[in-house]
Amino acid sequence: MIREITIGQYYPIDSVLHRMDPRTKLFGTMVFIVSLFIADNIWNYVIATVFLAAAIRLSRVPLRYMVKGLKAVLFLLLISVSFNLFLTEGEEIFRIWILRVTKEGVRTAGFMALRLIYLVVGSSVMTLTTTPNQLTDGLEKSLGFLKKIHVPIHEISMMMSIALRFIPILVEETDKIMKAQMARGADFESGNLIQKAKSMVPLFVPLFISAFRRATDLAMAMEARCYHGGEGRTRMKPLRYRRRDLAAYLTYALYLGCMIAARLLPAVLDQKIRWL
Amino acid sequence: MGIIEAAGLVFDYIRRDENDNIESVDRALDHLDVQIEKGSFVAILGHNGSGKSTLAKHINAILCPTEGAVWVSGMDTREDDRIWEIRKRAGMVFQNPDNQIIGNVVEEDVGFGPENIGVPTDEIWKRVDESLEAVNMTAFRYKSPNKLSGGQKQRVAIAGVMAMRPECIILDEPTAMLDPTGRKEVIRTVRELNRKEGITVILITHYMEEVVHADRVIVMEGGRIAMDGTPRDIFSRVEELKSLRLDVPQVTELAYELRKAGLDVPEGILSQEELLECLLPVLSGGSGQSI
Repeated sequence: MIREITIGQYYPIDSVLHRMDPRTKLFGTMVFIVSLFIADNIWNYVIATVFLAAAIRLSRVPLRYMVKGLKAVLFLLLISVSFNLFLTEGEEIFRIWILRVTKEGVRTAGFMALRLIYLVVGSSVMTLTTTPNQLTDGLEKSLGFLKKIHVPIHEISMMMSIALRFIPILVEETDKIMKAQMARGADFESGNLIQKAKSMVPLFVPLFISAFRRATDLAMAMEARCYHGGEGRTRMKPLRYRRRDLAAYLTYALYLGCMIAARLLPAVLDQKIRWL
Repeated sequence: MGIIEAAGLVFDYIRRDENDNIESVDRALDHLDVQIEKGSFVAILGHNGSGKSTLAKHINAILCPTEGAVWVSGMDTREDDRIWEIRKRAGMVFQNPDNQIIGNVVEEDVGFGPENIGVPTDEIWKRVDESLEAVNMTAFRYKSPNKLSGGQKQRVAIAGVMAMRPECIILDEPTAMLDPTGRKEVIRTVRELNRKEGITVILITHYMEEVVHADRVIVMEGGRIAMDGTPRDIFSRVEELKSLRLDVPQVTELAYELRKAGLDVPEGILSQEELLECLLPVLSGGSGQSI
């Protein structure tokens, strides 16, 4: 059950994108997301599609895996598309009963759907090509400036990577507790959703107790190995920018430039024509 | 002076209620004196609650003595600014293999200790390579710890300690949660480190078979040292051990029973070969004794 929640888990192959510095990928994803929100005409989406397709191609991850993540947002996608489709005012194309479909509605719904799909696929490109550890390392390094305003960024990223390490252990433990309770007659299968949720409660008590015990043990083990926060710590695998990262940043700049141009140009041209 | 020394060591677990009033005091260590030689392999035995884990945590400066003092390489564990130096020299391996591995990849976990004490990157890699080699886990370096067996995880934990270049390793029941194969793996690794690298080993355990190879055995009871000597010394005192609710290895027990039954078997037999050697002349002598 828990094992199925995977929006783009790391896909272990070797590609340019896999070898890229995690900070570069994080920044790229951010640029891409921002660019999707400034997009408002067909040319914007054409450029975004080209950019995304190039990234997918470079990552060498099969498209199948990219699209998998969409299942999780399918419901959201349907809702937002239908709302946009039926509730936008404008020139009517046809109507079924009280539902009016307008030209503007089709346009916004289409763009909305594209935007959502690109958001999910775009961020999967990052998670599929970056190990969770690299990701937390990248976050720590690129958010390092927050340390100046006393945000414990090292601690947060340490917590994230420890959480990642313990997820499979706790999943296994949940499984064990479930089986032990089922052996004594607990019923997790039958009943409606609320009843099912209620039957989970006795599961969480032992799970929490064990998680806390593990946390104390781990804290002691970390202290025994001289962990004392981020101060004076060196890195086994320090992050280093290479030439491909520079190339990536230049591509981002070019891409963002194109997007802004595509967004502004039609309006500017329009005005020019009117002036003439 | 030994690498580890404790004098008049007392430790109380104090339980308090909500108003910070003392509810109960459990004395885990009671005026304990001990001295451990550099390069030796010391096994600590004892029943649950005998204070052996508490003693281990004092050596690593995780606990601070209520009374008395502990010195590691001449450094007092009560001095706050020596704490990291002490923990670097006296590494600790715990019981639960899952709860002491921090990294998501084996080699990253081994590098965790050196990262903490500020070793430069190149040197970390060198140490990680060496430590993994020392515990024979190089083949697994890119694996996730979740994919390893219990014995392998404990060896990774030992490598993690070794990477800090300690003088002494304290193992707090490292084999309690392992299957027999895993137990053998871990004990073999520890013995090798002791012999080849000259690391002082303090092994806390419940399993008598693991104690046989130690240079010295310390038996604890009620926060004090009840018995102290070589394995042969200790295991010849079968009655005394039993009164402390401890077992002896099966071979030793058999030899002891045979001796009680009137056979000419020396005290403190530790291995099957030894017993066989003693029994052969008796059996082939054909004195007609029935066993």
